[in-house]
Amino acid sequence: MKLPALAAACTGLMGLAVGLIFFYAPTDADQGFSQRIFYFHVPIALTSYACFGWGAWKALRYLRTRDERADTESYVAIHQGVVFGALTLITGSIWAKASWGVWWSWGENQLVLFLVLFLFYCAYFMLRFSVDPGPARANMSAVYALFGVVLIPVSFLAIRLSQKFIHPVVFNAHGPQMAGSQFFTFCVAFVAMLALFATLYQVELAGKRIDAHVRELRELLR
Amino acid sequence: MTYLRDVGALTRKDLLLELRARETLPSMLLFVLAALTIFHFALPRGTGETAARGLLWSALVFTALLGLTRAFVAEREQGMFDALVLAPCDRSAIWLAKSLAVFAFLACAELVALPAFAAFFTGIDGRTVAAVALADVGICTVGTLFGAMAVAGRARELLLPLLFLPMAIPIVVGGVGGYLWFLVLYDAIFALLAWALFEYVVAET
Repeated sequence: MKLPALAAACTGLMGLAVGLIFFYAPTDADQGFSQRIFYFHVPIALTSYACFGWGAWKALRYLRTRDERADTESYVAIHQGVVFGALTLITGSIWAKASWGVWWSWGENQLVLFLVLFLFYCAYFMLRFSVDPGPARANMSAVYALFGVVLIPVSFLAIRLSQKFIHPVVFNAHGPQMAGSQFFTFCVAFVAMLALFATLYQVELAGKRIDAHVRELRELLR
Repeated sequence: MTYLRDVGALTRKDLLLELRARETLPSMLLFVLAALTIFHFALPRGTGETAARGLLWSALVFTALLGLTRAFVAEREQGMFDALVLAPCDRSAIWLAKSLAVFAFLACAELVALPAFAAFFTGIDGRTVAAVALADVGICTVGTLFGAMAVAGRARELLLPLLFLPMAIPIVVGGVGGYLWFLVLYDAIFALLAWALFEYVVAET
């Protein structure tokens, strides 16, 4: 099994990332110690996008191949995406409190975008659990997941139009606006977060597969 | 050409059904007027124009939602979906016809709602009317697809607002801000997506 190896790699990377974040990365001159939450918040947010993207890719695969496994994989990826999305909202909220003194800022595009996506993808579960299992449910989930991945850039544009831009811009057209050591720490944290997603994804998927297998066996015994 | 004829026949069926039963449109009209009246009492005195303009958009989105919830109820209750899916026409024609019918209802409701808004609150310029028309296209195309999904579930009426409202947020942003190009972009992207994906929504029901 490759799951234990993945889990071990994830633990190692996570430990390395935490070590780098607290002991290697320099303290921000402007925001002080609280800026270090950046190394959690942004990788979690990007991982969440990766989850939604992966879920939509699997949804597309399902619509083309009609393979039930792709449907389960799409569901699990979106489930993980919502978990990471909730974490993004929480860490973003903490960061906003630390640096601007408020728990919620409508001026922060990324946070508002995550709120919209969070609402959208929570409805995914409502849809999925209100339709009986079968090809119809898989089809609808897949269509909804594809709408979601298109909604991300459209919402981003909408939110950007709707308000002035006060979010600190770390990445722009001229590349990352930070020191080398900061960028290195960020990259390690991002890879660690992706590894965490991959591990959780595999764990949940293994659970789902065992679940389906047990159900099949029970049907046979009946 | 057959495609257009199919769409025409299906749209005609929906409009005829509404003309005979008079279920959806009267409730939409009453709802939008009641909502505007509520807003009059909900808005603090003197906040008038700016706040009211934003509320117009929420009234329109919720009115559309009311119409969309009803859109596929007859099909579901009378088991007409099976017949429609079996019919020898492209399945996206079902979606296009239903979108056109919902668009017609929504436009009728707005023909009353916009003058009422102008009378109750503040005048409306041509830009707002254009934005409303463009937003209607987006609301109807996306809403019809999600409406077809929602009636398949057990929660039905409860489900559609949950599915649709997050999708409506960009429409409201474009509408309130008067970004017509953004609404055109939204309509084009999501109409194309809905047109391509509708067949999967009804295929297995």
